[in-house]
Amino acid sequence: MSFAGVLPATRWRARSALPGLGLSLGFTVFYLSAVVLIPLAALVIRPWELGWSGFVAEVTQPRVLAALRLSFGAAAIGAVVNTFFGLIVAWALVRYRFPLKRLVDALVDLPFALPTAVAGIALSALYAPNGWLGAPLMSLGIKAAYTPLGVVIALTFIGLPFVVRTLQPVLTDLSRDHEEAAATLGATRFQAFRRVVFPALLPALVTGAALAFARGVGEYGSVIFIAGNLPMRSEIAPLLIIIKLEEFDYAGAASIGVVMLAASFVMLFALNGLQSFTASRR
Amino acid sequence: MRNTSRYLLAAALLLSTGATCAADISLLNVSYDPTRELYKAVNSAFAAQWKAKTGENVTINMSHGGSGKQARAVIDGLDADVVTLALAYDIDSISQIGKLMPGDWQKRLPNKSTPYTSTIVFVVRKGNPWKIHDWSDLIKPGIQIVVPNPKTSGGARWAYLAAWAYAEKKPGGSAEKAKAFIAELYKHVPVLDTGARGSTTTFAERGIGDVLISWENEAYLALDEMGRDKIDIVYPSVSILAEPPVAVVDKNVDRHKSRKVADAYLQFLYSKEGQELEARNHYRPRDPQILAAHPEFKKLPLYDVDDLFGGWQKAQKTHFADGGVFDQIYKPGGK
Amino acid sequence: MSTNLTDRGSTRPRGATDDHPLARTILIALGACFIVLFLVLPLVTVFAQALKNGVAAAMDSIVEPDALSAIKLTVIAAGIAVPLNVAFGLSASWAISKFDFRGKSFLITLIDLPFSVSPVVSGLVYVLIFGMQGWFGPYLREHDIKIIFALPGIVLATMFVTFPFVARELIPLMTDQGRDEEEAATSLGASGWKTFRRVTLPNVKWALLYGVLLCNARAMGEFGAVSVVSGHIRGQTNTMPLHIEVLYNDYQFVAAFAVASLLALLALVTLAVKSFLEWHYADEIAAIHKH
Repeated sequence: MSFAGVLPATRWRARSALPGLGLSLGFTVFYLSAVVLIPLAALVIRPWELGWSGFVAEVTQPRVLAALRLSFGAAAIGAVVNTFFGLIVAWALVRYRFPLKRLVDALVDLPFALPTAVAGIALSALYAPNGWLGAPLMSLGIKAAYTPLGVVIALTFIGLPFVVRTLQPVLTDLSRDHEEAAATLGATRFQAFRRVVFPALLPALVTGAALAFARGVGEYGSVIFIAGNLPMRSEIAPLLIIIKLEEFDYAGAASIGVVMLAASFVMLFALNGLQSFTASRR
Repeated sequence: MRNTSRYLLAAALLLSTGATCAADISLLNVSYDPTRELYKAVNSAFAAQWKAKTGENVTINMSHGGSGKQARAVIDGLDADVVTLALAYDIDSISQIGKLMPGDWQKRLPNKSTPYTSTIVFVVRKGNPWKIHDWSDLIKPGIQIVVPNPKTSGGARWAYLAAWAYAEKKPGGSAEKAKAFIAELYKHVPVLDTGARGSTTTFAERGIGDVLISWENEAYLALDEMGRDKIDIVYPSVSILAEPPVAVVDKNVDRHKSRKVADAYLQFLYSKEGQELEARNHYRPRDPQILAAHPEFKKLPLYDVDDLFGGWQKAQKTHFADGGVFDQIYKPGGK
Repeated sequence: MSTNLTDRGSTRPRGATDDHPLARTILIALGACFIVLFLVLPLVTVFAQALKNGVAAAMDSIVEPDALSAIKLTVIAAGIAVPLNVAFGLSASWAISKFDFRGKSFLITLIDLPFSVSPVVSGLVYVLIFGMQGWFGPYLREHDIKIIFALPGIVLATMFVTFPFVARELIPLMTDQGRDEEEAATSLGASGWKTFRRVTLPNVKWALLYGVLLCNARAMGEFGAVSVVSGHIRGQTNTMPLHIEVLYNDYQFVAAFAVASLLALLALVTLAVKSFLEWHYADEIAAIHKH
């Protein structure tokens, strides 16, 4: 944006005047290593028992590819749905007043609090051909439960709070001055939103969507109840990991885990890079 | 904040040690999914008997889950004194990979270490609207079958082998025809749940499918739980002799010094009292008199895995291992 | 909140930053549809199933010993995991939002990583490390230390799964707020710790609260990861979500949903507490937002 030139050019390079970098960064890195990195190292090291070619052969089996495609594809669709509706919900919660607002606000966290298995059972009960929503959908010729659509439904549910909850604080904090300025300069409400509000929300929106996606890719508990689990069609990658484990094939299980991890990592990394890029431009 | 968590940690440790001191002796029985009701009954009967005999209080803790998953947990360090799993292959793995017991564990107790048996039957909707009476009826056009995934469920492996045995052994049957039959059968399956209970729920509660292929004990339990007005049990012309084995985990009982009570616990499963409890929980007892006293266990020809498939090691390798016959059914394009 | 000021009198002429009433109605309707389809109906299903046989039956299945021990275990595990993750979240977001250093984006991504790890895998990693076939299993067994299939393993898995929540709430907000206020405070002679307590913490209070609530809710509701490391010993290592699975598999659907509705209630109650605090401290919040 054109504001970039106005900012002091040295700002992002200057040494901070604040103390505590060593302490806070030290603790951060230590805790991160202990809880996340060392355990994940155990995962990443495992597939090397197979050798590179063994690893590639393992993860390029058609069935593994189909499962990966389903997990990533359904998570992506779920994330898009959540981005769209999440923005609307967050906007309504922050800017409008309507009946039962507090209740709706509280409900948004439900997918976190409800154990995924319970969510899976509840969703499959709802969307099964004899369920409250499954029956009307069935009469429209749409099969929801036990198809890839069921996977998307479960992953939408799982990822819902991420977008709303990432947007909410930013939206609350967002000063209306710029919008007002835009309005005084003759911008329509939509223009003000598109040019002023949306860019300010974009980092949080992208973060929320990415988190919803990342969470969806690995989801297991809620999906197996509603997915159908047919190989090549409605079998998700985490289920394949479980199956490999049942065969005592730790290396094979870890291989699939590593691929999922790597793909998510690359994506999250790109998005975080993009986000700090847009942040620095503002 | 960190003080609080330290305090909580201390409290947690206190609580966990408190729990272990409560009983004189405790055993951990790691079992598979459908045995919950059975071992609830067995445990209280055994504890009473042991108390009367030795004066000691014995508490038996239970862990239930898919048979393969449970075997893996024991191998990874779950402290089981005894294991009571769905099939011999899983206990073989504990012996071979975990090295927790000798390879001849199955010879240490009578009847290949299986105090009770079961078989595979069909569960259909009340009145059997699709007239399903035998395995060949399952692949009639339009029939939908609910059965768990053999990759993750022990019961599903027995079901698969029962179907295979029927197709190979029927007049004019062969291994080739059995393979084609199995492939056709799984084309009628709209949902592969990960466990036996999951399939029963899918069939009974969600209303999916026309027939459920299930453990006999699971079918009777479903009849009790779901109501006799909803479902019927159908016995096919032939099925398989399902033998869920039990074993003491040597390394663990030696460390816990619990071998005596663990041995007695498994012996109890073979006693008259134990056999009666098993029969009442819909497992076929080995004792011929008690079996005869329970006419609900229909007599039908049952194939033995050792005779027909050359034992579980071989059956697992041919059919269920990575790239085995079951995997070949779901080859790309083979929808 | 500043929003309430503009929204207060609906009879007032529409302000420059208010949306057209039609747009507002449509947006609320769309949002409501989505919420009903994906949140209300599943929730109603849970409660409807739980109360099928009446309140008394539901209560019975909650006060039963195995259920109580599951509740206790869940509270203990969350009670350890959440404070640790809060300490981490504050420290990480301080480092990331107030300083510039190389590899920051990489660090943020690493913090996000547990979100993208399948719960199944996050349990598995601890088995690979502490299991009998893993790195330290035999050593731990020799010294009679239990990690997996006991409380420490459950706590570790919970910590892993809920690891990013607090940090993730705080980082975007604190980055957005910049460091001018803190720099002003230190230049006036406040110590770093005091600046953090008096300036930063009040500024991020609500995001922090969100983070803690989410972290806690997720910690108590986690199923997949905990399931791998718990061993499922009834009355000992079953957390609430695992106990629900056990009950469901026992054909005790009502009991299963009763315990599940307890977790759903927890979500509603924590959010009610949050709403109450927001309402109670409305003036204070308005003061923060004024400058």
